[in-house]
Amino acid sequence: MRSLWRFWPDVRARLGVYLFIFVLTLGSMGIALLVPMITGWIVDGPIARGDFAGMLAPLALILLIGIAEAAAVWLRRRLIAPITSRWEVLWRERLYDRLQYVAVGVHDAWPAGQLLSRAVNDLSQLRRFFAFGLQFLIASPLIVLGGGIILASLHPYFGIIAIAAAVPTVTAIAVLERRYRLASRSAQDTMGEIATDVEEAVQGIRILKAFGRSPWAAKRFHVLSERLRGFELTKAYVDSWMFGAAIMIPVLALTAILAVGTWGVIGGWMTVGQVIAALTVTMFLRMPIEMVGFLLADFLMSVTAANRYWEVMDLPFDITDPDGEISEDPRPYSYAGHIRFDAVEYRFADAEEPILTHIDLNIAPGETLALVGATGTGKTALAALLPRLQDVTAGSITLDGTDLRDYRINELRRIVSVAFEDPVLFSTTVRENVAMGLKHADGRALPAAGTATSGTATSTSGTATSTSGTVTSTSGAGDAHDPDAEVWDALEIAAAADFVRRLPDGLDTEVGEQGLSLSGGQRQRLALARAVIGKPRVLVLDDPLSAVDVDTEDRVQTALRQVLGDSTTLVIAHRPSTAALADRVAVLEGGRITDTGTHDELLARNRHYRDLMGASSHAAAETEEVRR
Amino acid sequence: MSPAQPDRANDPEIEELPPDISRRARRLLGSLIRPHLTLAVVLIVSITGGGIMSVAGPFFVARAIDEGLPAALDGDTSPLVVAIAAVALTGVADAAATWLSIRLNGRLSQKILFDLRGRLFTHVQRLDLRYHERSTSGRLVSRQTSDMESVQQFVSQALNGMVLSLLTMSAIAVTLVVMNVPLALVAFAGFIPLVFLTVYAHRQQRSAYRRTRTSIARVIVQFVETMGGIRAVQSFRRQRPGLARLTGEDAVYAQANTDALHGVATFAGGTRLIGNLSQTGIILLGGWLVISGYTQLGVLAAFLLYLRRFYGPLDELVQSFSLYQSASAALEKITAVLDAEPDVDAPADPQPLPERHTGTGRSISFDDVSFAYDSEGPEVLPAFDLEIPAGQIVAVVGATGAGKSTLVKLLTRMYDPSTGTVRLDGVDVRGIDDAQLRQSLVMVTQESYLFSGTIADNIRIGNPDATDAQVLAAAEAVGLDPYVRSLPEGYDTDVKKRGGRLSSGQRQLVSFARVFLADPDVIVLDEATAHLDIPSERLIQQALARVLEGRTAIIIAHRLSTVEIADRVLVMDAGRVVEDGTPAALIHGDSRFGRMYSAWQDSLA
Repeated sequence: MRSLWRFWPDVRARLGVYLFIFVLTLGSMGIALLVPMITGWIVDGPIARGDFAGMLAPLALILLIGIAEAAAVWLRRRLIAPITSRWEVLWRERLYDRLQYVAVGVHDAWPAGQLLSRAVNDLSQLRRFFAFGLQFLIASPLIVLGGGIILASLHPYFGIIAIAAAVPTVTAIAVLERRYRLASRSAQDTMGEIATDVEEAVQGIRILKAFGRSPWAAKRFHVLSERLRGFELTKAYVDSWMFGAAIMIPVLALTAILAVGTWGVIGGWMTVGQVIAALTVTMFLRMPIEMVGFLLADFLMSVTAANRYWEVMDLPFDITDPDGEISEDPRPYSYAGHIRFDAVEYRFADAEEPILTHIDLNIAPGETLALVGATGTGKTALAALLPRLQDVTAGSITLDGTDLRDYRINELRRIVSVAFEDPVLFSTTVRENVAMGLKHADGRALPAAGTATSGTATSTSGTATSTSGTVTSTSGAGDAHDPDAEVWDALEIAAAADFVRRLPDGLDTEVGEQGLSLSGGQRQRLALARAVIGKPRVLVLDDPLSAVDVDTEDRVQTALRQVLGDSTTLVIAHRPSTAALADRVAVLEGGRITDTGTHDELLARNRHYRDLMGASSHAAAETEEVRR
Repeated sequence: MSPAQPDRANDPEIEELPPDISRRARRLLGSLIRPHLTLAVVLIVSITGGGIMSVAGPFFVARAIDEGLPAALDGDTSPLVVAIAAVALTGVADAAATWLSIRLNGRLSQKILFDLRGRLFTHVQRLDLRYHERSTSGRLVSRQTSDMESVQQFVSQALNGMVLSLLTMSAIAVTLVVMNVPLALVAFAGFIPLVFLTVYAHRQQRSAYRRTRTSIARVIVQFVETMGGIRAVQSFRRQRPGLARLTGEDAVYAQANTDALHGVATFAGGTRLIGNLSQTGIILLGGWLVISGYTQLGVLAAFLLYLRRFYGPLDELVQSFSLYQSASAALEKITAVLDAEPDVDAPADPQPLPERHTGTGRSISFDDVSFAYDSEGPEVLPAFDLEIPAGQIVAVVGATGAGKSTLVKLLTRMYDPSTGTVRLDGVDVRGIDDAQLRQSLVMVTQESYLFSGTIADNIRIGNPDATDAQVLAAAEAVGLDPYVRSLPEGYDTDVKKRGGRLSSGQRQLVSFARVFLADPDVIVLDEATAHLDIPSERLIQQALARVLEGRTAIIIAHRLSTVEIADRVLVMDAGRVVEDGTPAALIHGDSRFGRMYSAWQDSLA
């Protein structure tokens, strides 16, 4: 109930029209109640008297009322349609927008289909409820009440019968309501599971086909589908009692009125006209009463839908600007790109043990640090901390001396550019996919970072690396006038320019799920181009070349060296060739950094590192053998 | 920056639905109801019973007043008592019949929906990769959720009401004629404009409801894509463009919905007007008939009562009609998916593979095979022949786009060749029963998808019947076991919940464990170790060396470490096999492979 009430501000914004529509609803039902009254009066009066001319005036009234009623029906539906259609998409926008900013950790806890079923099925249920159910839910009892008063005014006994009929109705509702609500919640949740399952079975289709496991997937689906059917049947069964009662009770009231009425006529204390009027009113009241079954079901489903909607809307953002909000276009300044991890710990929200502990790292401006570690040691988790996709659970990370959490989130994400291990391309052109990595991709002209940045860079890089000298030479790289030039530069670096040129529409080729399918290696290179475009200050590369062949890898690495010279880079490496790109390598072992040094130093002194790089004596010997 | 206007060139949805789609959608509905014909008949009988009872009620009311009351006034109360008792009884019977028909209707509609959901799911699984690569998961999800909801709305709410309304109306129509012919004729006259109104409303609503189905699917596609790529969305601050796109798609949807509902408004208002006008006409005529002495007062009273019940169901019909319009637009979309025929399909007359000889694997041959993704498109693989004897381990190397993956996709029947024949142990793979083919031949790619469920469930995709011990053994073989044991719930850990967030390397190990469990005769690995660190890759290779004993294998890898276990190397370039020989022979010669190998060796330094 409360969750439905929370839509009040939207209703209030359109309250004038909504109330007018409600009046029309009530009017069109109430007006129709007048007709039997007048009809009864015509039958009792002019017709009984044989006065044909006398019935014309009230008949004209009936005609007018009939036209008005039809107009009211038309106008009500006409007016409500755009309002509720608008509400549905407005609520979906809010849900979508909330979810876009909710932290990744919170997202992971929600199966995809549960979010989708809330955004689609639940909201269309709510649209129907606000357009129809709610209006009638309020109007019907009023109409029934009005009918009851008319009955009472016709004769007090009729009033007593009406009250007597209300008691079992209310009782039935009270008994059935809870059962229906539980079934409807389970059904709607199962619908979410079905959406999840369908999405997985389509996204995992290659796996299912490769193993011939479509029958297995179908069995899984059938279990869910069967469960949904069970809940829907429970709903139908509860419905059957509600509808049955809604038919039975008014009929019994009608019988009582007929009995009492005829008794009254026999006794001479009631007229036939009175009885006919009472019967007509009761017949008329059957419609709103019979609707109670439907309305109640609709209402309960809507309560469930609203609950499910607000559950998502109430999710915390978790990762925000320092003020708890998320501002869209924070003003960026110039940054040196000095990254420091200080006693960082990270633990997944629902895990007992932290996956990363005591991480201390200092990455100087312009320095490239490779992170090397075995599968599952938390490298990706560590990388996700820099753009604050996850927040540290203890310790702190600073950028240029300021805690990451003290930056506005989108400001930080402008500074930190990422290429993920699983490259995600959006359904749009190649150009837009790559250009979105550009700092001023949002159309904002940023001051060319060149001189200011390099000035800071040289001053702060006390731990000066061999590459810091190149920083100054790059100023002005961003002021190219051809907007595509930067995209092509980035594509060249990622060795993607050749294949992009061969695409059917070049840069304008639509890729992503709705576009052309690219190979894993191609997607990875586009994602890399997106990360390196515009020479980002801080670059995070998560195993950026895993799906790329050796030749291409070689080309990319040569080109990458130029970019890495300017950017502060954290690169996750599984291969010696990638590690060799770095100025320094940190070894991640059991959630801690156990050693740092240059690739060669580590190869020389760290046995675990040699293992990870495949350069242990055993492996080397093996390789030698093949060589000979 | 303006949000991208999505180009729908690759969108199968943009193709106009075939002109006879609504006929085929109706046929689909028919085929869904047919198996439950008995239930449907019982349902209709029960609805009819209820309908008759509800019509009979007012008849006895009229009896009570016209005959019972005068008799009672004369001192004989029995006709009145009988009539009143009949009113009560018919009411109770009506309630009972309604109770029954709602239950039966629930059963029937849920059977229909269950069948339809299952059929759609199975068919989508049957559709080939060519279809899936053109479509999006979001669109297929929208067929199973939003479209299915429209169908559900109709079969669970409207079917009952529609039958009941039509029955009630025809029953009342008969009653009206029996009671008074001229009055009945006036009542029926309203049907002439009603027919025109219905035809008009049908046209108006149909196009609008079709647009709702297409636009909501686009909304869902956008939603699914955003939530699936949320890390990238947030990192690249794509929230604004994303919202703009959703809002754009949703505006189309809201407009279509509004148009459809406006159509309903016209229909409902018009119907009500016609009903009210004929009611006025009947009172006028009826009044005149009574005054002129042609008709009794009671008959007119009853007639007017019936008239309400005659036009009452029209509202219900209007409602049902619009639900039907919405459902049939949804059914059309579902029909279009169900009508799509896969190019790569299970054979009608499957050929058995020869008995499996343990320890030899199976031979593979490509006989004059060529391949293009579509008939006008460029040839990806020009015609070639290739023989791989049973038990051989073949490494396929070459630059990205050389056609390596395509080659194995033909063998694993993800695609069928444009010309020529791919054979497994001499049998055309197109003629092998799918279950047998998949049992004999399994492929692992660098894409390692996890399904919701436990880690054990995910490994069991390799063999759903595997025992716990077998699952454990497979995990041990690929080096996944120590990690899984470290989890609080071990193999029962849910992959989407606590502790189950496997890294991409670990996911790849799960893929390998699946293959070990599947125990096929032929193993195909397409870049299956891309995300692994070197020690894990080594471990996998050691395990493979054991497992591949007595099996045929095709291994595609950029990292040439794989070559160490291969008997034979194929170098591909631009769709052709340009070098073919033993690793030792190729490494030393002045070959592409030799150069690739030394480049790779350098990368290890």
